[in-house]
Amino acid sequence: MKRTIPLLITAIGGFVLVFAYFSPYTEDWGEKTMIWFDVIAAIAFVLGGGNLLKIHLKKTSDQAEGWGYSVITLLAFGITLLVGLLKIGVNPSPQFPHFAWSGEYRENGSPFWWLYEFAFKPLTATMFSMLAFYIASAAFRAFRAKNLEAILLLGTAFIILLGRTFAGVWLTDWMPEALSGLKIDNLTVYIMKVFVTTGNRAIMIGIALGIASMSLKVLLGVDRSYLGSGQE
Amino acid sequence: MNNGLDAPYPTLTRLTQLSFRLSRAIMCLAVLPAIACLAASVAMAQGPAPVTNLQSADHPWDGGDNADLTWEVSADDATLVESYFIYKAMMQKGPIPADLLTESERKYALVDVVPAGTTEYTVGSVPGSGYVRLKDLSDEQRALFDPNDLPDKPHKKITVELGYLFKIVAVGSDGSQSVETITAAPYSPTRQWFDAKRMYLLIITIIFGGSVVFFIQHARAGKDLKIRKIGGLAAVDEAVGRATEMGRSCMFIPGILDMNDIQTIAGMTVLSRVAKTAAEYDAKVEVPTCRSLVMTSARETVQAAYLSAGRPDAYNADFIYYVTDEQFGYVAYLQGNMVREKPAACFYMGAFYAESLILAETGNSIGAIQIAGTAMPAQLPFFVAACDYTLIGEEFFAASAYLSGEPEQLGSLKGQDVGKIIVGIGIIVGVTIATLAAWFVDTGFLTTWSEYIKGVILT
Amino acid sequence: MFEFLKNLDRRWVFLLMMLSVAIPIIVIDWLGLSLPEKPSELARNVFDEIDQLNEGDKVLLSFDFDPASEGELGPMATSFVHHCAEKKLKMYFMALWPVGPQMIDDSIDRVIDQYYDDLVYGEDFVNLGFKSGGEGVIKVIVTNLRELYTTDDKGTAIDDIPMMEGVRNIRQMDLIVNVSAGSAGTKEWVQYAATPFPDDIRIVGGCTGVQAPLLYPYIPEQLPGLLGAIKGAAEYEKLVNDAYEPDPDNPRPVFTEGLRRMGPQLVAHLLIILLIVVANIIYFVERAKGGER
Repeated sequence: MKRTIPLLITAIGGFVLVFAYFSPYTEDWGEKTMIWFDVIAAIAFVLGGGNLLKIHLKKTSDQAEGWGYSVITLLAFGITLLVGLLKIGVNPSPQFPHFAWSGEYRENGSPFWWLYEFAFKPLTATMFSMLAFYIASAAFRAFRAKNLEAILLLGTAFIILLGRTFAGVWLTDWMPEALSGLKIDNLTVYIMKVFVTTGNRAIMIGIALGIASMSLKVLLGVDRSYLGSGQE
Repeated sequence: MNNGLDAPYPTLTRLTQLSFRLSRAIMCLAVLPAIACLAASVAMAQGPAPVTNLQSADHPWDGGDNADLTWEVSADDATLVESYFIYKAMMQKGPIPADLLTESERKYALVDVVPAGTTEYTVGSVPGSGYVRLKDLSDEQRALFDPNDLPDKPHKKITVELGYLFKIVAVGSDGSQSVETITAAPYSPTRQWFDAKRMYLLIITIIFGGSVVFFIQHARAGKDLKIRKIGGLAAVDEAVGRATEMGRSCMFIPGILDMNDIQTIAGMTVLSRVAKTAAEYDAKVEVPTCRSLVMTSARETVQAAYLSAGRPDAYNADFIYYVTDEQFGYVAYLQGNMVREKPAACFYMGAFYAESLILAETGNSIGAIQIAGTAMPAQLPFFVAACDYTLIGEEFFAASAYLSGEPEQLGSLKGQDVGKIIVGIGIIVGVTIATLAAWFVDTGFLTTWSEYIKGVILT
Repeated sequence: MFEFLKNLDRRWVFLLMMLSVAIPIIVIDWLGLSLPEKPSELARNVFDEIDQLNEGDKVLLSFDFDPASEGELGPMATSFVHHCAEKKLKMYFMALWPVGPQMIDDSIDRVIDQYYDDLVYGEDFVNLGFKSGGEGVIKVIVTNLRELYTTDDKGTAIDDIPMMEGVRNIRQMDLIVNVSAGSAGTKEWVQYAATPFPDDIRIVGGCTGVQAPLLYPYIPEQLPGLLGAIKGAAEYEKLVNDAYEPDPDNPRPVFTEGLRRMGPQLVAHLLIILLIVVANIIYFVERAKGGER
């Protein structure tokens, strides 16, 4: 029973939405379902927040290894939540000067703005910029001209790497107009437009068919592993 | 009764009057050709004759937002007319007549320009129904509605029928325009139960879905089905075993999207197998998640896996926990955790974005055996470069069939192969027709087919 | 030396990468120079799409990125606003990402507040802010903008904003400009706005380097122009600066962010090539040794 009802909901919901796609009368049902999902996901955030508090409070109270990190997590979570929810330090909106909470929570100079500008922004930018370091180390470790395919891949990588900088233009600028297609910057565009697009399309067709087949298995209840094991 | 015209010459003699009339008649004769020329030039300036019998009708099998126009061409179609300009304007909104609509609504907007000789056209974007909010209606407009139809709150919507007028102007090569021909009454398109534009997609869906169901039934009947070895999935047991030997944990990362993404569901399938193997080997599986619902689903999956392995007591819900919805906050946590805990095996199964390389390189630096599976084409190269095994796109979705080994699941893969054959045939036929149509431009039917494939089947 | 390179600690690679980015940044900033740029056809198409518009035409700018990708996408966002401000186009800003409005504010601060203070909020530009729902938002606003946007980002009622008068949906826009770092982004704008309404909606975009290959299939029918990463931004900056900066040889620094970042990119790319070459030399030497044995 615990698994039959979710399977029924999945099957009915799924097939009705497939039908709805082909009928103009019901075409907005899909969007409505997405809104239901958003509502459930938003409520589930309480579950996630509660779980976060539970895990880190337990770790802190047990003084388990690395409990200091848990304290920082709890502080960051609590401060951001309070500052944002209570609109601390935010001036009332000029339209509603008598309502203290009518202002914008991320108003310039407010504590939330400060958290965003001087904590969130640099931290996320730092994480993203780490990609540059990892790309370099991955390239050093993984690119080896072991066989013909790898050599082709390496050659293409060099062309793209040079073509995305001024070096590409500078190195082959001397070429006559008749050979302009061989200039590195033009080759880069050609490789991206033709070879990369072709490969991507092949992978995407495979993925699309995989998604359709997987969806059908889930709707028919053939694949139930996301609800637990295959057995009842 | 004196009409005044005679007033200037009441005293003239009869002879004088006669001579005057004669001279006026001569003058008239002389002026007539000039007047005729003038009239002709005015006619030219007015432009060609207008189209006639302009009718609007519902476009069949659509979502109720198209109207079919038909007309009889201008009498000057073959000579003066170069093109017809087609316009549309809203003229009715429920009971609200045109004079109470806003000026911008009533304004005729150019829809398209079609060449001379055209006698029909389908106007798009003319929905037959829409809505207004109570607060946007004037008192005059509100009075037109049945009071029972009006909502109680100002921001609420009232569904109304929308009517349109269409007009066509014939335009000559010199830029001159005919008088407008306007449809007789506002027309409101209606919605049908089936959208014919999606007919081909429906056919493909039925063939593909039918073949998957057929092969599932086929497999249930006990027919033998084979599947090629997928290295990444075969290595799952090995990776968990290694973690057990080393006395370290396994980390499973189900991507950064929620449970409504099919990749996350596919990830749960692999998690089920990883957790079952871990339960059998008595290894620890840690599942930090980026979404609350994924945490809940992962707990169900892992608990059921431990149960089916006969180790329900070993299940610990605290190993499956929520971190944050924020992409890079999640990545920062995972990186720190990996460096501190040094898991022996890392599984990345789900939807990933820019974090893929950061995670895989960190996993590589701690010497973990790494298996990834995703359907994000942009992230596949990073996983391939940094992980030991990568399930590429469809392999990832084949995981549940491969891991379960159940005949009916394997049957679905066979059905998927039928889909590939359809796509393959479609590509070959489409490319051949398009290529031939480009080579032999004069061959009408090839061009027509090519246009039909592009304009109807592929839209 | 060979042994050192063979067992090279990844931290040396990290250090080299840091230096290869940091030194050009410092040097370029110090000398006030940037590398020359040759605009590609795609960048030129983006420029032409905006440049052919007339004063007062409506442009929707959707900034769908976050601070993480600001380094890569910020310069092109700045250039788009610069170009639109020079052309005196009506700018309608919006975002499909929660932190998009901050990105919009940054661009407005950098360009309009600094250099185009004659532009009036509500008459020449408006920030409609963020709406959740990703592609769902696009599907709605192509037919009815006011269904979702009843106020602007500051809470002012749409009906009280002069430039919103008569604007019912985004099909009335003369051009849509999208800057995106992922989903929802350019792909969704193409799929749900440009594809269903090819006669009404034209879109040009700017995206991260990783995304660009996935958008090439839409060029040129559904997506006439595309700026890929910082390289695309630099090319576009060059075109805009040449056309509109009072002194094209010495453009204002805020409009050369992309051009200046091409220096570190060049050195970083050369470093990666060097690392790959060194790693392969080690590989071949090792293989030769193995063969001898």
